[in-house]
Amino acid sequence: MTDFHKPTRRALLKGAGAAGFALGSGAVTGFPAVISAEPVTLRYLGTAVNQSADIVKKVKEDLGINLEYIPVITDEVTKRVVTQPNSFDILDTEFFSLKKIIPSGNIVGMDAKRIKNADKITSVFTKGEVDGKKIGDQGTAPKKVFYLEGQSSKSFASSPTEWITLIPVTYNADTLGIRPDLIKRPISSWKELLNSEFKGKASILNIPSIGIMDAAMVVESMGDYTYGDKGNMTKAEIDRTIKVLIEAKRAGQFRAFWQDFNESVNLMASGETVIQSMWSPAVTKVRTQGVACVYQPLKEGYRAWATGFGLPKTLTGKKLDATYDFINWFLSGWAGAYLNRQGYYSAVLDTAKTHMEPYEWAYWMEGKAAEKDIRGPDGSVLEKAGTVRDGGSFEARMGSVACWNAVMDENTYMVRKWNEFIAA
Amino acid sequence: MTELVLPTSAAASNEAAEKKPATASRRRNGLAYWQAAPMAFVFLVFLVVPLVLTVVVSFWQYNEYEIIPAFTLQNYADVFEGCLSLSEPCTTVRTYLSTLKFCLLAWLFTLGIGFTVAYFLAFQIRSRTTQMVLFLICTIPFWTSNVIRMISWMPLLGRNGLVNETLQRMGLISKPIEGLLYSDFSVVLACVHLYTVFMIVPIFNSMARIDRSLIEAAYDAGATGWQTLRNVVIPLCKPGIAIGSIFVITLVMGDFVTVGVMGGQQIASVGKVIQVQMSYLQFPMAAANAVVLLGAVMLMILALGRVIDLRKEL
Repeated sequence: MTDFHKPTRRALLKGAGAAGFALGSGAVTGFPAVISAEPVTLRYLGTAVNQSADIVKKVKEDLGINLEYIPVITDEVTKRVVTQPNSFDILDTEFFSLKKIIPSGNIVGMDAKRIKNADKITSVFTKGEVDGKKIGDQGTAPKKVFYLEGQSSKSFASSPTEWITLIPVTYNADTLGIRPDLIKRPISSWKELLNSEFKGKASILNIPSIGIMDAAMVVESMGDYTYGDKGNMTKAEIDRTIKVLIEAKRAGQFRAFWQDFNESVNLMASGETVIQSMWSPAVTKVRTQGVACVYQPLKEGYRAWATGFGLPKTLTGKKLDATYDFINWFLSGWAGAYLNRQGYYSAVLDTAKTHMEPYEWAYWMEGKAAEKDIRGPDGSVLEKAGTVRDGGSFEARMGSVACWNAVMDENTYMVRKWNEFIAA
Repeated sequence: MTELVLPTSAAASNEAAEKKPATASRRRNGLAYWQAAPMAFVFLVFLVVPLVLTVVVSFWQYNEYEIIPAFTLQNYADVFEGCLSLSEPCTTVRTYLSTLKFCLLAWLFTLGIGFTVAYFLAFQIRSRTTQMVLFLICTIPFWTSNVIRMISWMPLLGRNGLVNETLQRMGLISKPIEGLLYSDFSVVLACVHLYTVFMIVPIFNSMARIDRSLIEAAYDAGATGWQTLRNVVIPLCKPGIAIGSIFVITLVMGDFVTVGVMGGQQIASVGKVIQVQMSYLQFPMAAANAVVLLGAVMLMILALGRVIDLRKEL
């Protein structure tokens, strides 16, 4: 019996190994080296969200640079930067993780003089404003951590300097996703997440630092309490928030918690939940399955997030130049348009606009009804002509941001309390 | 399977060696150490060293972005925070109780099912070939990954899943049963589904080695089928049951994927706590939890060893 079993296993393993090898090598040498004698390869560390084969292809065409993606989950990005600072050439990470990364000294400020479009980066980052109007800055708002005092400084500057921590890649505003066909009435407030009407049909995400902020939005909307800073709670505030969550959990409010993109899609598409914290592309995915799902704007506003490119301390010479070239290319329009078409927002809107059709710009950025079918970067139809984007225009969405994803000072305590909530 | 028979023959040759002159036996012993060396080395590098490191790190301090090699007991204090109050169990106790509950339930069901299947295979099937074919069929589910086997339960058990729809159509229930998925039930179901084979294999192995004449003798002596089972088969299957139990218990204790997926992330497990702490760079805290988990599992194995002397049985 062992004789029969072994070859099967071994063949399987061999197959798996070969497949892995093919994949691995494909990423490294999948392109003909024709443009320059010695093309530079940049190792790009980040989450899979911003990584795509189209960008790799275009970068190779335009700059002759090989991009080698290292896709890991958000928390893993931070862990890699802190524990293995030599394992990447470009970092693509969330602004909130800067509070952990900058003190480690493993990334340095980006020289604004070498970034062509640095002065055109949207005021969301540089001033915390949209259209001259201040937006919510609770939590790790990018403007608080956008500049460093010196290139290798470990403290953030309060006013603009030459040294930028992260050049923005994408950002967006998150809210609750709902199933309008199953709820059958308008939803306008975060407090509906804990409304007993949806008992056993609600969900919250099980990533402590983000989940607790969604919970804080709910607590505040119930009118019980107003936080000093939802993104930086005191111990007492953490206790209060977790207590509300535990009561709701014991009362059977939640169907499940979700932790990754696909889990959230499945919960919603199968009707296990009808209201839950969600990410914008997940809503799109539920809709492409033919299930009605709305990314519902709420009166208390959005919880926003942003990612950006950072520079590892160890980078020098040719690779450093190539990294600046790549970032300049990224801000020059093509990539921005590519990201805008997926429903994210890009750092330099002017250049992205020149790479988008007017009807696309009108739909994605101005909140107007689509003149034609709206297609994603891969050509598939995302929305039929006539639809309007959830939450409307860029100004309406980003202008209603209430708080930003964050790392709290009491992070350790918060994680411990979150574990208590899960165990309750 | 055949490997498990080996120790007997090795013991026999050892006995033979003892009768030979002392020098030869010493040379043999020296050789045996060399033969054991590669495995010992692997264990040292991949088990002992990481384990020692884990224990050491569990006593270190940390902050958001670095581990500080300075002695502290704070991590353990945090693990057992609030455990002295008797009114309400603390997070750690609650988590372990929940994990232990799954362990016990999974163990009971896998043992029951595993023993029955193994008994059927070993004693009811006469032909050796049929036996092997049926045994292989038991392993077929293992040709796909753990996660796939788990996820395939979802369309079956969900609110609008097959089971609920069928029951509703048959008019047996008016509202879907919510507790089928994302509940204790679904976690135990998935664990039993995933781990029963680990019970079947060692028990079947033990049963296959039972001398058939013993059973005939029992019948000849007038024992009923039930008495034969209790007094002959079960005692002789003890090693198989023990090994299977160790597999199932250790697997369930450390499993956080099944509990996470089937419990809808709503049920705590020790593994999950450790994973969350790791992802927030709280390595010393995670290490302290791992040490406590290791201690708990070792205690359970020791307790099992009290009941059955594995060395002797093998």
